[in-house]
Amino acid sequence: MHPFNYRNPKSVAEAAAALAEGGDVRLLAGGQSLIAAMKLRLSAPTDLIDLGGIGELTGIRVDGAGITVGAMTRHAEVARSKEVQAKIPALASLAGSIGDRMVRNMGTIGGSLAHNDPVADYPAAVLGLNATVHTNKRNIAADDFFTGMFETALQTGEIIVSVSFPVPRRAAYVKFRNPASRYAIVGVMAAASASGVRVAVTGAASCVFRVGAMEQALAAKWSPDALAGISVPADQLNSDMHASAEYRAHLITVMARRAVEAAK
Amino acid sequence: MKISMKVNGETVSAEVESRTLLVAFIREQLRLTGTHVGCDTGQCGACTIHMNGLAVKSCNVLAVQAEGADILTIEGLAGDEGRLHPMQEAFREHHGLQCGFCTPGMVMSAIDLVNNHPNPSEETIRAELDGNLCRCTGYHNIVKAVKAGAAYMRTPAP
Ligand SMILES: Cc1cc2nc3c(=O)[nH]c(=O)nc-3n(C[C@H](O)[C@H](O)[C@H](O)COP(=O)(O)OP(=O)(O)OC[C@H]3O[C@@H](n4cnc5c(N)ncnc54)[C@H](O)[C@@H]3O)c2cc1C
Ligand code: FES
Ligand code: FES
Repeated sequence: MHPFNYRNPKSVAEAAAALAEGGDVRLLAGGQSLIAAMKLRLSAPTDLIDLGGIGELTGIRVDGAGITVGAMTRHAEVARSKEVQAKIPALASLAGSIGDRMVRNMGTIGGSLAHNDPVADYPAAVLGLNATVHTNKRNIAADDFFTGMFETALQTGEIIVSVSFPVPRRAAYVKFRNPASRYAIVGVMAAASASGVRVAVTGAASCVFRVGAMEQALAAKWSPDALAGISVPADQLNSDMHASAEYRAHLITVMARRAVEAAK
Repeated sequence: MKISMKVNGETVSAEVESRTLLVAFIREQLRLTGTHVGCDTGQCGACTIHMNGLAVKSCNVLAVQAEGADILTIEGLAGDEGRLHPMQEAFREHHGLQCGFCTPGMVMSAIDLVNNHPNPSEETIRAELDGNLCRCTGYHNIVKAVKAGAAYMRTPAP
């Protein structure tokens, strides 16, 4: 790992000011993705701004609209939260399925979303539950946030502050894990809420995506059988040593059916 | 950079580079070599310690991130006169190890597991230990040890 200047601001404003100084400045959240990248020198920032000491970035709040999760909230805290378990059990169980218990004790929702790993779980929750990402500059709708492989709508100097999830009528997340890495080969969040039905898929392509045909079928009838005959074309999907694109296409429909079943 | 934290109950202060990993600080500066480095990539769990009561992989944390924290390593588990922690005792009794390389991480992780699941089923133990790899045992005796360790942890020592 290359040397860097370490800074630990106490407020979002201070962190934003440090980012604005420019140069190769990076934010550090749980470090569960970034530290590995720095060891490999895939990332070699000159300055690292640790968000770990900023109290305003942590915690889970419930209000009329839904649940708001601070960017520095650890996966384990979301999984354990009685409020999240009661209002959006699919979100609590998704958080509890990320990595292993040590990763969940460090990793944060803000870090996971900013990283936007194509096989990460939280992007499926944010897109499938129609969440809003709040930054120090603006609010970004889930549909606009994920722009590509490891890419998001975040601009230079922008810090995720929190994420708010509206409470769905029903929702479930089901994934098919890679037996070795335990990451999702395919993960599907299916949700029905006042604003409509959403089906979001992670792990299968270069970036999380929605399946419009499944959403329409489920809006007409919320039942696993409504998905019979609907599949995602394989030509847009990943193919690797773990699963071919055709197999991933097959898994998407199977996982979507299981999610609908689980969210009855 | 100067950092200070509590390690196994004692306050320590030291000078580190910002890029020093917590595991390197623990092993190389504090010379507490019970915490092992298996993979150095956050996969194997051999470097598991507790930071403020929660199990973390110390090869995936910077020493500076532990500023002011309460750190517990395998060396800090045993009680007075070297009396083993109930989980260590259970690993000894059920022979939950062969070469022992993964053991410190397994024990630290298992204690965190039991703190969250006081009476875990075999299924829970297997699922929740998925961040700790063992190349020797085939896990059977580790699972038995964790189950027994959980029972010992529920009943206070005589
Ligand atoms: C062994 C292992 C297994 C894992 N398994 C899974 C899994 O099954 N599913 C899964 O989804 N993930 C998995 N992960 C990844 C894990 O969830 C990470 O915690 C997560 O991807 C990154 O979160 P972090 O808080 O650690 O962020 P960091 O690693 O600290 O940062 C990641 C990136 O986000 C940026 N960033 C961080 N916070 C903010 C913010 N508030 N605003 C703007 N930018 C920010 C950083 O600059 C950096 O570029 C695994 C990781 C490991 C080591
Ligand atoms: S050495 Fe830290 S997880 Fe393997
Ligand atoms: S006992 Fe040898 S690695 Fe587990």
